[in-house]
Amino acid sequence: MNERTAWERLQLIRNPARPTVRDYIPRIFTEFLELHGDRLFGDDGALLGGIGRLDGTPVTVLAQVKGRDLAENKAANFAMPHPEGYRKALRLAKQAEKFHRPVICLIDTPGAFCGIDAENRGQGEAIARNLAEFMQLRTPVVSVVLGEGGSGGALALGVCDTLGMLENALYSVISPRGFASILWKDGSREKDACELLHMTAEDMLSLGVAEAIIPEPPGGAHNDIDKISSELHEFLSTKMQENLRKDIDVLLEERYTKFRKIGAFRE
Amino acid sequence: MVTAMLEDLFAQVRSRLSDEPKRPPEETYKCPRCSTVSPLSAFEAADHVCPHCNFHDRLDARSRLALTLDPDSFTESDAHMRSCNPINFPGYEKKQMVLRANTGLTDALVTGDGTIGGIPVTVAVMDPRYMMGSMGSVVGEKLTRAFEHATEQGLPVIVFTASGGARMQEGMVSLMQMAKTSGAVARHSAAGLLYITVLTDPTTGGVTASFASLGDIILAEPKVLIGFAGRRVIENTIRQRLPEGFQLAEHMLEQGFVDAIVPRRHMRRTLEQLLRLHGYGEVKA
Repeated sequence: MNERTAWERLQLIRNPARPTVRDYIPRIFTEFLELHGDRLFGDDGALLGGIGRLDGTPVTVLAQVKGRDLAENKAANFAMPHPEGYRKALRLAKQAEKFHRPVICLIDTPGAFCGIDAENRGQGEAIARNLAEFMQLRTPVVSVVLGEGGSGGALALGVCDTLGMLENALYSVISPRGFASILWKDGSREKDACELLHMTAEDMLSLGVAEAIIPEPPGGAHNDIDKISSELHEFLSTKMQENLRKDIDVLLEERYTKFRKIGAFRE
Repeated sequence: MVTAMLEDLFAQVRSRLSDEPKRPPEETYKCPRCSTVSPLSAFEAADHVCPHCNFHDRLDARSRLALTLDPDSFTESDAHMRSCNPINFPGYEKKQMVLRANTGLTDALVTGDGTIGGIPVTVAVMDPRYMMGSMGSVVGEKLTRAFEHATEQGLPVIVFTASGGARMQEGMVSLMQMAKTSGAVARHSAAGLLYITVLTDPTTGGVTASFASLGDIILAEPKVLIGFAGRRVIENTIRQRLPEGFQLAEHMLEQGFVDAIVPRRHMRRTLEQLLRLHGYGEVKA
């Protein structure tokens, strides 16, 4: 049972020592080969894609890249993708579908980048397209929120058959800072926002957004990177096997239904 | 002296009586785009379009339906659906009670079936008066049902968007409506059916990043705001002022994200034309 508040978890996942996809990928996948570019505009360093083997089987991996130092963070735009990042993800997902490879999405982003170029190249359209296309992608998709799951920018890799949350990961409709600045006109009230937003792994399980919580080593993932990598590996292997056993039409119906039934209304 | 005072008084009374009867000051409309002040009557006669710069200002859902559909053709669906308070957000229920009383709406989206030039369509109209048209459970569920119904019945769908994005008061449940609605649009599309989006002021955030951007045809009204991130958020992120006209419909057309900008007075006939060009309402040989 994780006793940390959402605010404490936010501090924990912002720890510079927290493992990133650059730590996980070599520990979980073999023969990983990165593939670049969206074939439309450019290559986005915030969103990494490639093919590797999971337990010997080829899979496509799509992941948001947190930097471990300033140089890595600059190259990856602090894990905030532009439209070309989401379009690269979609290109590689369609490629995976063609070659019957399952897709694994590793989510770790404060959100999609907000800027002039991102708007001009259609940030909204790029995310929307991913939501619609991933919903119908004829290959299993397993996603995991590793740290920050920030809004639509995270959801663009989050339409999946199975969603896992690392124990301290957070997933929210808006960043706590954004929430505080809209609600109280004071972005510094992040701590209060965290408690209102219901953004923890347990919250995701109870809202039907996530299916599983992946336990972290005591004190957090950074305390034992090999251990958390093997936990993550085991989760991906198990869930991928479960999904691969299902008929693809059944899987797609279940994927649709998973999102279809989320909502709180009366009539 | 008394006479002088009386004369003065008479003079005042006379001058008041001889004045033109004072009209109440005319009500005015100040355009948020060009800041020009126009008579409210001129703005209203133009269906809420600025008489000076042609900015197409916001319309409530009922007026929009009246301008778009054949008279008396509209049958509303799910008119009584109301949202719960999934993350126990303080004050959310009360806020909605006030809005319901003030707007006569139950949430920010009205859906149903109607006809345009006799052609049956499923239509969904967002109402920006209700929490800035934000998408929570009710908007997501009603829109999803509208698409599922249209898919089942083989109907085209027309959606008028006007939204600040996902409704943060419903937390993650709101974010998931983006995936849910996009999934329903994808199924409608896979069935070979036509979906037309009409972007109206404002279309932003999670609505831009879901069903608003997924139309086969995307129309927009003149000068309306279309974007993903809000102006202030962008300015705070990049620490510079945004260029004039950024995120307006005309700019989004130049960038390639809008098929055509259509003035309000031509919208109905443009929609009918598009429906006919896609084979709806044609007599089958």
